[in-house]
Amino acid sequence: MASANISLTRNRKTSFAKKRARAGFYFVIPASIFVLVFFLYPFLNVIWMSFQDWPLLGERSWIGFENYRTAFQDIEFINSVKFTLLYTVIVTPLLFFTALGMALLIKGTSRTTKVFRTIFFLPVVIGFGPASYLWYWFVDSRVGPAPQFLRVLGFGDQEEQWLGIMPLALFVVIVMVVWKFAAFQMILLMAAIQGISKEILEAAEIDGAKGFTLLRTITLPLIKRTISLVLILSVAGSLLAFDQFYIITGGNPNGSTLTTVFNIYRQSFLQFQLGYGAALSVLVAIALMLISLIQLRVLRGDDHE
Amino acid sequence: MNKSPFKTYFGMPRKGWFIVCTCLSVMVLTPLVASITSSLKTAKEAQQSPPTLIPKSLTFDNYRRLTGVSDGVKHYLLNSFGLAMGTVVGTLILSVLAGYGFARFKFRAKGLVFGLILLMIMIPFQAILTPLYVTFGKLGLTNNLVGLCLIYITYQLPFSIFVMRNSFAEVPVSIEEASVVDGCNSWTTFRRVMLPLAIPGCISVALFAFFASWNEFLAALILMNDQTKYTLPIMLTLLNSKLYGQVDWGLMQAGVIVTMIPSIILFLTLQRYYVQGLMAGGVKA
Repeated sequence: MASANISLTRNRKTSFAKKRARAGFYFVIPASIFVLVFFLYPFLNVIWMSFQDWPLLGERSWIGFENYRTAFQDIEFINSVKFTLLYTVIVTPLLFFTALGMALLIKGTSRTTKVFRTIFFLPVVIGFGPASYLWYWFVDSRVGPAPQFLRVLGFGDQEEQWLGIMPLALFVVIVMVVWKFAAFQMILLMAAIQGISKEILEAAEIDGAKGFTLLRTITLPLIKRTISLVLILSVAGSLLAFDQFYIITGGNPNGSTLTTVFNIYRQSFLQFQLGYGAALSVLVAIALMLISLIQLRVLRGDDHE
Repeated sequence: MNKSPFKTYFGMPRKGWFIVCTCLSVMVLTPLVASITSSLKTAKEAQQSPPTLIPKSLTFDNYRRLTGVSDGVKHYLLNSFGLAMGTVVGTLILSVLAGYGFARFKFRAKGLVFGLILLMIMIPFQAILTPLYVTFGKLGLTNNLVGLCLIYITYQLPFSIFVMRNSFAEVPVSIEEASVVDGCNSWTTFRRVMLPLAIPGCISVALFAFFASWNEFLAALILMNDQTKYTLPIMLTLLNSKLYGQVDWGLMQAGVIVTMIPSIILFLTLQRYYVQGLMAGGVKA
């Protein structure tokens, strides 16, 4: 503190505005250094790597767009993209409508409401790691409670492992993700709904709007910015899915649940095709960038406008 | 309407609302409770097929056996905890400083730095893991928890800087001007006047940094190959090994519970700040 004061007196001639401008720059320097070293440098690096044949050991060489050309003919990559899109298309509306229903249920302020809200939110704070290992066990045909529950209800002998059958394996992951993540969207939607002025809702009620009509014509249009945000976050998150598939299905049966990031993981860190992995990473980054640009446009708007 | 929040929309009476919410709660809690129950069974009972609903005898044996997993669960708890603390402290320092700089100053590089942070929001960190792996290998930072911590801090920055910028922006300029008039320089104004007013924002940032670090899976999986450097979520992969042709389910669920309990406790105690942070960083950003 003392040295700062000394410098203040010594630079008395410097104009106040100039000094303030410099002070502002000093405040952002530490964060900027981190971003440059641990984000910008690796980001430029991934683009550079994507143009090379880069094995973990041995010579690497510049091969231009060869990695990208390979990617567009690589059945495994194409299938992983297809599967990731399928997963995204299924999970996004499921998450949204579950979250919207929950948000309408718990948008009040009573004590009971708050208790329910807290319970619903618990799975959100658990990591994908432990949550996935929990569900991996929960649906195991030998020891898992879920197949046992169905057996008790009389749905035959569930001898076969759910995770070994294709639509069922995806279904298990989707249920787990809805369980784990719906409340995250619920909170955002709830806050937006709570932000709608009482007068508007009361006026609509007097006009006789009820149930789905009220929801569709008044509530949803008023929170469309939050809805877009929630949907974009969900799409971006789903396109990057890894943990839950790595743990619960391991990409099986027969690689049918291999997501794009999972595929990159395999190419880069199991087969050590680092250049090829980098090219796939760049493709994913481009896709996500496009989605984020839409997000930024949306965020410029405002709810209740 | 206040009595039954659902009523405005679907005319559901309070009793019906309560029943629906209770059913949902049961659905949400069932996997958690089942996992806790199974972790308290004896190893033998946890392997039983079909599974028992209520344990015949309660035992902490599975938890005791976790201490025998590779370096022991305590070691992994310490790894995860140290990593999380480092991430929290680092993120706080950097984002508080930058947030204040962005909220209150005009400077030449502002647009550039801001653009960089926006770019960072667009590029997922999964996309730069390959070069990070190579660079860290060269620098000897693979299998180094400090290296992992630096990445976690960096990727918490965009969200955290937005939250802090918003917290500082909410402080009336007049308060700051008064302190400048009283003779405080930028640093003293920041330290004595602004920072105390932005404490709620700081708690949100710290909370999210903790969760991010505690729960992160992919980077830790790739960059930590040495079993002594594993974090708790990666330790769980060890429990999935089929040692005697079968997964040790009781042990696995004990590991799951140990990994999730700190998150749950932290959330229950600081819930308010979590939701505030979500609003400040997600909606207003």
